[in-house]
Amino acid sequence: MARAVSVRRRTIATAAAWLIGFLIFFPILWTIITSFKTELEAFSTPPKFLFFEWTTENYGIVQERSNYLRFVSNSLILSIGSTLVALLFAIPAAWAMAFAPAKRTKDLLMWMLSTKMMPPVGALIPVYLIFRDMGLLDSRGGLIAVLFLMNLPIIVWMLYTYFKEIPGEILEAARMDGASLWKELVYVLAPMAVPGIASTLLLNVILAWNEAFWTLNLTTSAAAPLTAFIASYSSPEGLFWAKLSAASTMAIAPILVLGWFAQKQLVRGLTFGAVK
Amino acid sequence: MATQQTRLLGKLAVAPSVIVLFLWMIVPLALTIYFSLLRYNLLDPGNESFVGFFNYEYFLSDPAFFAAIGNSLKLVFAVLAISIVGGTLLALLLDQAIVGRNIVRLMVIAPFFIMPTVSALVWKNMFMHPVSGLFAWLMKSVGLEPIDWFAQYPLTAVIIMVAWQWLPFATLILLTAIQSLDEEQKEAAEMDGTPPISYFYYIVLPHLARPITVVILIETIFLLNVFAEIYVTGSGGPAGNLPYLVYFQGLLNFDVGGASAGGIVAVVLANIVAFFLIRMIGRNLEG
Amino acid sequence: MKAFLTGILGAVTVAALSTSALAETRLTIATVNNGDMVRMQGMTEDFTKANPDITLEWVTLEENVLRQKVTTDIATKGGQFDVLTIGTYEVPIWAKKGWLVPLDGLGADYDVDDLLPAIRGGLSLEGKLYAAPFYGESSMVMYRTDLMEKAGLKMPDAPSWEFIADAAKKMTDKASETYGVCLRGKAGWGENMAFLTATSNSFGARWFDESWKPQFDQPEWKNTLTFYLNLLKDAGPPGASSNGFNENLALFNSGKCGMWIDATVAASFVTNPKDSKVADKVGFALAPDNGLGKRGNWLWAWSLAVPAGSQKAEAAQKFVAWATSKHYIDLVAAKEGWANVPPGTRTSLYKNPEYLKAAPFAQMTLSSINSADPTKPTVKPVPYVGVQFVAIPEFQGIGTMVGQIFSAALAGEKSADDALAEAQSATTREMTKAGYIK
Repeated sequence: MARAVSVRRRTIATAAAWLIGFLIFFPILWTIITSFKTELEAFSTPPKFLFFEWTTENYGIVQERSNYLRFVSNSLILSIGSTLVALLFAIPAAWAMAFAPAKRTKDLLMWMLSTKMMPPVGALIPVYLIFRDMGLLDSRGGLIAVLFLMNLPIIVWMLYTYFKEIPGEILEAARMDGASLWKELVYVLAPMAVPGIASTLLLNVILAWNEAFWTLNLTTSAAAPLTAFIASYSSPEGLFWAKLSAASTMAIAPILVLGWFAQKQLVRGLTFGAVK
Repeated sequence: MATQQTRLLGKLAVAPSVIVLFLWMIVPLALTIYFSLLRYNLLDPGNESFVGFFNYEYFLSDPAFFAAIGNSLKLVFAVLAISIVGGTLLALLLDQAIVGRNIVRLMVIAPFFIMPTVSALVWKNMFMHPVSGLFAWLMKSVGLEPIDWFAQYPLTAVIIMVAWQWLPFATLILLTAIQSLDEEQKEAAEMDGTPPISYFYYIVLPHLARPITVVILIETIFLLNVFAEIYVTGSGGPAGNLPYLVYFQGLLNFDVGGASAGGIVAVVLANIVAFFLIRMIGRNLEG
Repeated sequence: MKAFLTGILGAVTVAALSTSALAETRLTIATVNNGDMVRMQGMTEDFTKANPDITLEWVTLEENVLRQKVTTDIATKGGQFDVLTIGTYEVPIWAKKGWLVPLDGLGADYDVDDLLPAIRGGLSLEGKLYAAPFYGESSMVMYRTDLMEKAGLKMPDAPSWEFIADAAKKMTDKASETYGVCLRGKAGWGENMAFLTATSNSFGARWFDESWKPQFDQPEWKNTLTFYLNLLKDAGPPGASSNGFNENLALFNSGKCGMWIDATVAASFVTNPKDSKVADKVGFALAPDNGLGKRGNWLWAWSLAVPAGSQKAEAAQKFVAWATSKHYIDLVAAKEGWANVPPGTRTSLYKNPEYLKAAPFAQMTLSSINSADPTKPTVKPVPYVGVQFVAIPEFQGIGTMVGQIFSAALAGEKSADDALAEAQSATTREMTKAGYIK
């Protein structure tokens, strides 16, 4: 691997990548820095980058005002719960589409994706009425159902593209050996499918985490996730930049940490059939 | 013989997903269609009356309607272009042997983790504000007149914010694809002295065709429904897209009939887009 | 990963335990995230101590989200909230629909007659109070005394628009980023249209005539809009078309505005040295007029109401009475000082010498509130109530639409004439659709 050109090339590539990475990351970094300023410093010009009196008072205020733990645990329950339920439905479906495709499989997939195209606002009132009549308003169960249905098409599709890469011959061979369908699934398919399932899971947890329309409109308090937490800090009468930055930092921290630990997994699994 | 059994099993396996999705689609859709034929203001309950296609007439003849379609399309195309071109370049860069690649990669994909509402608030006030924003300060320090983004280029401003969120997604998928290129293939090309441009053109690009298709498909679905960035920044007037128009009817006017009609129109249009999209790029999804 | 999952399970368990139902009356209170309401959350112990059988659950949201959720919920009878925070815009409309409980159980020592008449009028229908004011506001001129002096001018207590325009030009110094006047420009019925509608009242304009015909084709509106556009072009900050209350507050507090005409509650922010660079150099004056008998100030009160059909109406009224009582004001004064009590609701507060001493803007706030009359907002007769809004359900939509058009005019996208013509046709269209214009 060590080639003559590589040192210079590596230096340039590294410098360029760090610069671009830093620029892309900067808005987030700036939010984090702002969360440690006072409200007056938050919008001062010229802007203060590092040399100001760092304070954690914003975090104190946020902590005192809101039950952060409840919002976070709701976010975790909703995003992970809905993704797990969706996987439960999607794994068999994607398996069947990949290994026993019917004539209409492609159309079916496209139809599934097209259900995601309705602007949610247009369906708010019908869904709200249904939720009211079923007693699902402000319940985690109801929201898990909605988020599950929102993400199901993408999950089926991702798994489908992933499963298709698994060579059918292996399954044939297993079948020849007399493996039952269950064994085929658990011992042959599952190990090969784990990276794909993992990255599907991660991507959908992120999508569900950031979903801000249904989670905001169908909850009040008991089931309210971080999107509602943010809504209680944005745009009050008065200055709010530093406090909102603190709340934002608290809202994105868990998912950033998750992303940090899972990025390898995420990158490995998002192949969408590119590996052939 | 085995196939018939498999096929039956296959149907059984697909059925639950299809059934729940069908219900999730059809029940709200049926109700929405029904509401769209009524004069139904949420603030005036009990006075609903059947009005036929009145709501559709109003929605389609709204002067803002065509502007909204234009904005929807511009937004989708611009963000797709930025994220695919930018994503490819970034992916190529990140595929190099870089010191601290994990950290750089995380910095690049981080915006994808940010809630759209938060991103919109941060961009609008801390970066694009013409007096106290960081961009204004940068331009002033080099002696230029600061740009008033949301007055002068509202749609561009929205596009920048949305592209910032979706560029990482494209980069992530394209990077995965490039990394799956055979290491041997790469080295062989280097040995032969293939110029980087033709290496990219003849080897990398064809390999990326499929992941690019995937990016286009997924991003289009989400981009057609971009809402928070427009709503939060208050640029719904000049840069409003279809979802914003539907929101306007539904949650500002509380005109459920009008919003329902708008929702149906948006679904029909989205499906037309999807239809052409699949025709155009469907080839890449085969096999 | 394992540790992560264990963590989640732990969080799930904690959440499940903490929400297990209690046998007490639990009031869910929807409220806006403004400072005075947030302060109230910190005071609840005082209430729950006196009422041990009631627990309070706060849902604090930003204004627009709150309005969406509360409106959707009350209109569909979703029953999610027991106490609502709503404004003077909603109260008359909702009371008419029978969606609110008339507040007749506020208790003997509540002293309804102590409420400021203008505010009380805005929250009543046919003599019955449907919402209790938590804090009230009007709008007024806030100005920099040092810059005014530098310009060689003296602000009268009740300035005219002419004086404002003149002073704004003289105070402007673009080189040092000092702009004579900061005004709202961000599109929205509660943003630029609140300011413009109130201003138009002082120019003799009105939204609709007696038969609900929009009036944007009349000269009064043309005068209003041209004046506003010219004023901001000559003496306003860049980016005025995307500035709302908060953006202007940030500008004023960092010393970039000579004058700012906005909500009276801003007075306590701009004079607070912790948030404002110019805290000791601010003066106040009434909103300007044109000598036509109406000033350009508005009237708003964030108020607490109880939705009709609530099972917990009795407990809810108890809470409303507590939160809007004299006792609550004393409580805040004792704990956080007189400058922090919710303003603009009670006559007695403005007779309290301690308050008058702590809040230099108190007298101006009171005069501003008293000079606004939601039942007769305009020079010419109108079929609606509301000073800076028109209390009909369609106004949020129409107001925002017109706000977008005027904001575009301010951004230089279109001329005043084009904007007015567009506003006229768009409003006519919506009013026809809604059935007002036959």
